[in-house]
Amino acid sequence: MSDVKPEAAQEENPAPPEKDYQGMADRITGVGESLRRALILPTLALFLALLVGAVIIMLTDVDAWRRMADEPVAAIRDMLVGVWEAYRELFVGAFGSVRGISETLFTATPLILAGLAVAVGFKTGLFNIGARGQMLIAGLCSLWVALYVDLPAILHVPLAILAAVVGGGIWGGVAGFLKARTGAHEVITTIMLNFIAAFLVLYLLKSPLFQAEGSNAPLSEVIPESARLPTLFGTGFRVNIGLFLALGAVFFVYWLLYKSTIGFEFRAAGFSPSASLYAGMNVAFLYTAVMFLSGALAGLAGATMTLGLPPYAVSDNFAGNIGFDAIALALLGRSHPFGVLWSGLLFGVLITGGRAMQAGAGVSVDLVIVMQSLIIIFIAAPELVKTIFGVKSVDEGPTQLTTGWGA
Amino acid sequence: MTAIAETPAVEVRVRATPEERRSTVVGWVLISLSLYVFWAFVFGVDSTLDATFNLSFATDRFTDLSWVVNARVLSMVMAIGIFGLGIWRLTRQGLRYTNISIAIAFGLFSLAFLAWAAAGSQFSLVGMLRATVILSVVIVLGALTGLMCERVGVINIGIEGQLLASAFAAVVLSSAFGTVAGIVGALVTGGLLGLLLAWLTIRFRVDQIIAGVVINFLALGLTSLMSSRILSDVVDLNAPKRIPAIRIPVLAEIPVIGPMLFDHTYFVYGMFILVFAIHYGLFRTRWGLRSRSVGEHPKAADTAGINVYWVRYRNVVLGGCIAGWGGAFLGLAQVARFEENMTGGIGFIGLAAMIFGRWMPFGALGAGLVFGFSRAVQQKASILNIGVPSEFLLMLPYIVVIIVVAGVAGKTRPPAADGQPYIKQ
Repeated sequence: MSDVKPEAAQEENPAPPEKDYQGMADRITGVGESLRRALILPTLALFLALLVGAVIIMLTDVDAWRRMADEPVAAIRDMLVGVWEAYRELFVGAFGSVRGISETLFTATPLILAGLAVAVGFKTGLFNIGARGQMLIAGLCSLWVALYVDLPAILHVPLAILAAVVGGGIWGGVAGFLKARTGAHEVITTIMLNFIAAFLVLYLLKSPLFQAEGSNAPLSEVIPESARLPTLFGTGFRVNIGLFLALGAVFFVYWLLYKSTIGFEFRAAGFSPSASLYAGMNVAFLYTAVMFLSGALAGLAGATMTLGLPPYAVSDNFAGNIGFDAIALALLGRSHPFGVLWSGLLFGVLITGGRAMQAGAGVSVDLVIVMQSLIIIFIAAPELVKTIFGVKSVDEGPTQLTTGWGA
Repeated sequence: MTAIAETPAVEVRVRATPEERRSTVVGWVLISLSLYVFWAFVFGVDSTLDATFNLSFATDRFTDLSWVVNARVLSMVMAIGIFGLGIWRLTRQGLRYTNISIAIAFGLFSLAFLAWAAAGSQFSLVGMLRATVILSVVIVLGALTGLMCERVGVINIGIEGQLLASAFAAVVLSSAFGTVAGIVGALVTGGLLGLLLAWLTIRFRVDQIIAGVVINFLALGLTSLMSSRILSDVVDLNAPKRIPAIRIPVLAEIPVIGPMLFDHTYFVYGMFILVFAIHYGLFRTRWGLRSRSVGEHPKAADTAGINVYWVRYRNVVLGGCIAGWGGAFLGLAQVARFEENMTGGIGFIGLAAMIFGRWMPFGALGAGLVFGFSRAVQQKASILNIGVPSEFLLMLPYIVVIIVVAGVAGKTRPPAADGQPYIKQ
């Protein structure tokens, strides 16, 4: 009897309601679960990726392997030192100086924007692999405005950005339109549009329209000062107002997806196209619209890489790998705008640090691609992480985002 | 009873099916194409000029074969041919031949283009046909990889990565331990990546497209990393022995056909055998019936006692091995060294070839040859120097893919359970 008593007493006097920490955490991280539960999986994924990366660095250490037969202890020590140096370079490169932090933020800017582009697609059940092509086309549009329109900076920069948004939006919208009208799967069409955009950029940058005088390479004229994105901390540091553009886009997409009617329709179409159709939504229009939006966001990313990248002369490779990094970070951020913001910053760290690692420790920046793919695996297969670490309270990640060819 | 039988059949005007509508659309497209050929190639060429198509290599038994033809006449014949195909489509007969009509029209168009481009000069037609076969090998093998996976309901976007990784394995192992090791290594690498795809999608039910993208990333990252960290340091590891072509006696002596089909490495012969074998296997054997049932209706297959997971694992791994064969061809015969990202999107073209070929092995072969042909035209036409910027010729295959998957390929029906994870009750 006495065992029951405390319980009964508790029932009579319930503890005062706790402060709503969970809700607060949700608002900060925006993942819709409590902070700890939401962060545990990405953290473990990142940790595992760093671990596997270390193993890869060791396995590819040619010099150490050559010495393995003669003096194995020293060779293994060298390998471990190699890993230590690579990761030290990585973190020092990203955080160790004001310049490093500026570079990290600068790198993160287009990543966040392109990540938002992919995330918006995911929310509607569309897989936009075409951020690269959209960035390229958008970059060209902004470049054209930058070179051929003569305006004061206060108008020139917004106009160039607007051109990028429209250009990227149209390039993305094509894929959405084709999907809506003909059922052509967006994965294939966006990949093909990437190739087409790349060749188009190569052609145009070698044409008299854009090519710098006296140059044989696909390199444009230098963009006039009035069209450049102003830097935040003077000319020595590359981080520019594009960062605020990215932050603004994060909040805009958050508002659009979760507070507006059309955002609700986007998410409904992603959740169940047939139910949305039955509810009277125009799913074909939604597909086109969301791909336009996605392309427009990727276009913003493209604009930051043309208007904001010193020395302000555009080469054919200005989009780099960003379009593909964007897929990884949209997955890492659970396709939520705030999640994308955090993972964009993380990838900014990894890539900036990866470059420092390549320069300082001789480990190619390709290692970052490997880590990104490992992160996607661990995020997409939470059971795998659960099994490895024996944790139970891990959120289920996105399992089925896309459907087959038929949809 | 007789009254019922004698009732005149009521004329029911059924709404046109999508296939019929598509046939009409394709018909109009082909007719416009033929008009374009008339305008650009027939009237765009001097009527006195002849195009000379060389039909033999200097090494052939019968040398100096060539086909001299008036360029305008040839393009006119081709234009009329395309026009006829268009009219045939408009009649909406033989709906299953719509894709084949597109392929034939594409071939005729290319020939008209070549007649126009080669007017007044020489062009090695046999060289281009041979290049067509060589350039289509990886595409066809990629398409077969996708087909093996999708027939059991697993979408494989990772073909590109499987090709790249197995090409890397083939080059490195062949340089280190000889050709056999290289080929085995490529097959194993392709198979292992297939296993990874199957494991992620079946065991963990990871979204199939994401799993495929991951495989592409992983292969690109790992091979580039190892290439820059190891191959640049140990150059000997990137010097495989190029696998020589095997001339098939007698058959290789036939003009045109011989150099086109019977003077290749065993990879190419293997590809043709695979097409036949997979077709026979899918539609004539127990293995094929089981595979298809798993791809169409896994629950029913499970009820009938088929182990759905096992069938999926097996086919996806086998598909990976086919990609490994393609990667070995790329690394040991076509290029004979490893370059970072040497596949350059060809796996995706293979995927499109699979869709264009309607998930059928011979369709994959045909579609692969069409894509290979368009690459060969682009390659050879840039030599002719015809004033079209090479970037636009390079774009051509990708534009063709978009046209193919959007509409022109029509409402192809993928396996019903394609892309769906199966959860055993």
